[in-house]
Amino acid sequence: MNSVNDRLRDIGEFVPAPDDDMLICRCEEITKGEIRKAVHEGMWTLTEIRRYLRTGMGLCQGQTCAKLVKGIVARELGVSPAELEPATSRAPMRPIEMRIFANEAKEGEKNE
Amino acid sequence: MAERIAEHPILGVLEKGALVKFTFDGKEVEGYEGEPIAAALKAAGLMVHRYTKKEHKPRGIFCAIGRCTDCVMVVDGVPNVRTCITPLKAGMKVQTQYGVGAEPFEKQ
Amino acid sequence: MKRYDLIVVGAGPSGLSAAIEAAKRGLKVVVFDENEKPGGQLFKQIHKFFGSKEHRAKVRGFVIGEQLLAEADEAGVQVVLNATVVGLYQDKEIVVRIGEEIRHYKGDAVIIATGAAENMVTFPGWTLPGVIGAGAAQTMMNLHGVRPGKKVLMLGSGNVGLVVSFQLMQCGCEVVALVDAAPRVGGYGVHAAKVARTGVPFYLSHTIVKAEGDECVTGVTIAEVDSSFQFIPGTEKHFDVDTICLAVGLSPMSQLLKMAGCEMEDNPKRGGQVPICDEYGRTSLPGVFVAGDVSGIEEASSAMIEGRMAGIAAAEYLGYIEKEELETELTSLEKALDGLRQGMFAPKNRGKAIEKTEEGIDISTSLLKNGYIADDEIERFPGVTHRVGIHPVMECTQNIPCNPCQDACPKGCISIGANITSLPIVVEGAECMNCGMCVASCSGQAIFLVDEDCGDGTATVTIPYEFLPLPEAGTKGSALGRNGKKVCEAEVVSVKSVKAFDKTNLLTMRVPKEFAMKARFFKEEAAI
Repeated sequence: MNSVNDRLRDIGEFVPAPDDDMLICRCEEITKGEIRKAVHEGMWTLTEIRRYLRTGMGLCQGQTCAKLVKGIVARELGVSPAELEPATSRAPMRPIEMRIFANEAKEGEKNE
Repeated sequence: MAERIAEHPILGVLEKGALVKFTFDGKEVEGYEGEPIAAALKAAGLMVHRYTKKEHKPRGIFCAIGRCTDCVMVVDGVPNVRTCITPLKAGMKVQTQYGVGAEPFEKQ
Repeated sequence: MKRYDLIVVGAGPSGLSAAIEAAKRGLKVVVFDENEKPGGQLFKQIHKFFGSKEHRAKVRGFVIGEQLLAEADEAGVQVVLNATVVGLYQDKEIVVRIGEEIRHYKGDAVIIATGAAENMVTFPGWTLPGVIGAGAAQTMMNLHGVRPGKKVLMLGSGNVGLVVSFQLMQCGCEVVALVDAAPRVGGYGVHAAKVARTGVPFYLSHTIVKAEGDECVTGVTIAEVDSSFQFIPGTEKHFDVDTICLAVGLSPMSQLLKMAGCEMEDNPKRGGQVPICDEYGRTSLPGVFVAGDVSGIEEASSAMIEGRMAGIAAAEYLGYIEKEELETELTSLEKALDGLRQGMFAPKNRGKAIEKTEEGIDISTSLLKNGYIADDEIERFPGVTHRVGIHPVMECTQNIPCNPCQDACPKGCISIGANITSLPIVVEGAECMNCGMCVASCSGQAIFLVDEDCGDGTATVTIPYEFLPLPEAGTKGSALGRNGKKVCEAEVVSVKSVKAFDKTNLLTMRVPKEFAMKARFFKEEAAI
């Protein structure tokens, strides 16, 4: 088991820092402090952080903050960012209205 | 329009569409048809595209290629339109986006 | 579901190159790109590219973009724009949003050439309007003809930060400072030098403390950082700016590959999350190839070669060419790619602090710290020599893969030799005829023509000049040194602009002869 998954590992208490109010996820307006706190509340993977805080779940889908969040979580866990599994990639890769996402083109029509 | 580059030392004079009028929060603004709405706003010196939902903070152009979604506005009544990649058309109604709508927060 | 032999995602330099090579070999190829226009970032690149002839050196990026589009058209490549690939599934099924519809396509082979996304840094105020990415600045000024701001602070001294700073000045913006937390300039010294000599101060080991302003940026404070990147109190400096431009690196946009199930790795040397692939772009999934920045951050010239390799590899994978043809073609492309991956800035040297050139000369420490070569350092480089009459002075002091200067001189005055990264030398006995081709063909704007003694106590210095308005002959002003500070009075003798110079004007100024080796930029009086 690597250190990222070893949940018995003690990463210490959450210690407030002066830059905790720094905005990280621009879309969902999530701060560095919220992300750090979430790690100490047991959210050790980027997928968990995403579901817990909605970082990277806003309009831009994490285009801007993914790397920043990864860095913050890694530092809090005391591991290198490269050791953290990135959040799951899934369709749609870009923001898209549901009416379009559900609007399958008919076979054999224009543009085919 | 001081922000427009009249002649560029390498690119020369840029070909642009027709000069058209559109509105920004009800005020008439000019821009070139086909250029991104954000370019026309920038050329007119307008920086704030929206105020965020939670903190009500101003946002504007950030990536300019449709990726960061910071420049979204309400365009012709539709919210969350990425103005940096949406071509300008004559008569467009462009509005500052407050949260996810065009109504200022105090009226929401 | 519509089927293609090859589906390419991304119509940038690598995607287009891949599509061209595959289509030339008979494959039915489609390229999807989410943007309104093809070419990726090429059309924002207005500087002359480095490399050698086979890499299209000394051609400006947007011209290369036009050439690629013409080639793609000729080869019968179908490019679908405003087509956003939203998913890549098993068996190479691709889901694309086109207009208001979702369409499904199947590729017998797929090349992912989605490029990179900009990294960002955080500081108080980084969400204010007026804080923009360097790419945004390029998009606004070079595609849409709108200045990103009046007064700009650039964060990042890599090639992007340096090149974009220069471009900002070319379109009439003032760059008040170039700032980087690193202790050394990250990009090519020649790019730094052409920015520094116009008077832009470099602040290495500095970063942004905060952006100021309520509704948008009105100022910025920077401060020096120590070796562990902590601010040193008392070193704060304030600038009135309306724009802060961030150029702090790129990350591969590899999400589609991860979604498709390619084996991935986090490789800091390649810029982040990248697919595991061989040198021809073959990923762990048969028939799925990658090319360009998505497989590791480099630059457009190598992306084009990688694209061609992946296109040819895809043709072989589908049986359109024999294995022998693949091997011959790839060997020569590999050689071309290898040529670009040489020198101090080669991917293999990333992160290394190189102290000496390949020739054994000490690298200019001032260049790395201040962006310009100090007056007492310049003489040790082989391109800097003294002789009677007009002669080229090549202030090219780092080993980078670039050699157009040696072919530019019709008299053979300049030699780089077989090794593309060697510093240029002045050939003994060859006579300079003052044609200026070397000055105009140097992508780094590092060549000057100097007549150190005109016989009347003056000297003439010819510099590359890519700004508007062009001063007229007789205009009086100041000659600036490499550090951007005034060294003496100067008068414009002539400004030459011929087609072969490709928009690099040659400004010749007259200065007192003792400043012949110091005066490297011209500024009109009024502008000071």
